[in-house]
Amino acid sequence: MIAILDYGVGNLFSLKSSFAVIGAEAIVTGAADDLRSADKIILPGVGAFEDAAKKLKKSGLDQVLIAEAGKGKPLLGICLGMQLLFERSYEYGEHEGLGLIPGVIRPIADVIPKDYKIPHIGWNALQLARPEAPIFKYTKDGDYVYFVHSYYAADCDASVIAKTEYGAPLTAAAACGNVYGCQFHPEKSGVAGLNILRAFCETEA
Amino acid sequence: MITKRIIPCLDVKNGRVVKGVNFEGLKDVSSPVELAKYYSACGADELVFYDITASAEGRDLFTDILCETASNVFIPLTVGGGIHSLADFDRVLKCGADKVSVNSGAIEHPELIAEAAKRYGDQCVVLSADIKRVDGVFRVFAKGGRVNTGMDAIEWLKRGVASGAGEIVVNSMDTDGVKHGFDLELLAAVCEAVSVPVIASGGAGCIEDFITLFTALPKVDAGLAASIFHFGEVRIMDLKQEMNRKGIPARV
Repeated sequence: MIAILDYGVGNLFSLKSSFAVIGAEAIVTGAADDLRSADKIILPGVGAFEDAAKKLKKSGLDQVLIAEAGKGKPLLGICLGMQLLFERSYEYGEHEGLGLIPGVIRPIADVIPKDYKIPHIGWNALQLARPEAPIFKYTKDGDYVYFVHSYYAADCDASVIAKTEYGAPLTAAAACGNVYGCQFHPEKSGVAGLNILRAFCETEA
Repeated sequence: MITKRIIPCLDVKNGRVVKGVNFEGLKDVSSPVELAKYYSACGADELVFYDITASAEGRDLFTDILCETASNVFIPLTVGGGIHSLADFDRVLKCGADKVSVNSGAIEHPELIAEAAKRYGDQCVVLSADIKRVDGVFRVFAKGGRVNTGMDAIEWLKRGVASGAGEIVVNSMDTDGVKHGFDLELLAAVCEAVSVPVIASGGAGCIEDFITLFTALPKVDAGLAASIFHFGEVRIMDLKQEMNRKGIPARV
């Protein structure tokens, strides 16, 4: 069973539906016990890093996520949920993340050309840095996925498994052992996105 | 490289798609769910559902079909029509919409843009405007294009973006329905004025109109159309392949 963590950040309707169509049993839950009993965990999220990090901390779910990931349970962070996996973010100040993947979150404005629009919204191609990564079992280099973000994961070269080009190479997906992150929305990326969720469902603890 | 988006727009009334559609292999041509699945499979990058229902019963039917669509179609969904309050945002977001498009609702209550952006994020708020030239000036029209607000369109859109609108849909009433191409003059003025993604609407009649749009105005991010897709005059895959042939990035 897959636990989609509901901590009051974002809309989980499509995410839950996407697991239903690939035939995986998923529940939307905010309960620590559900995270402990789940085979795999999804950490979603949209909005501001600080607000989301505070919500995780206040509920104590941050420690549960760290403990479960530490036991080797597959964890997938999506969009802001991916950013939360890193050590810290420089979105409006400096805020601590879960520290499960080495690296930091910085504004894409630091690296992209001035005439590029922010946020980076739309379908962009994956450049697979590590095609052998388990979540890319059904993914081809060049597959298009849907992005909406203004910040990106930096200083994380060892963990980057895919990049995307937006005037500069940006981290599209990262992995550190059993902890995975997608900057894009697999639940909004058509068949290419469902393929990544399916592969995550098949990863071994 | 980020691709240019192609977006079909479906007008929905009492839970059914209004404009007639006839595709091979599509059993129920007025089912929004079936049509959304069809477009998603054909390569649409995003879908817009525009609710033109007037009654409360129709509104409930709309949210039902929205839920069913979002359970089956995994590309971004934008919902517009009848959005006048945060409660309206909530109603459609809960059913799986990713973005909400405001038009007359934002003209009546301009603070709605900032309130919604604060609660749901800029990326969720799409400001859509019906624009027409009046004595050589671009003016914003309300109530589905029936009422001239007298507002300068470019100023209105700049104000909307400053308030938190994350995307702009520019619907030119001068070119809409004419099928002689998008309103390049208006779109150029909007692209010059705002820094957020701009979606062009109104006037597409053939594939070449999209090629002209993206070639003449590289800052335009997406092209939206309804009837030419619904009546099969333009097939989305043909359009995207032609875009790629012309060096315009498209997801195929």
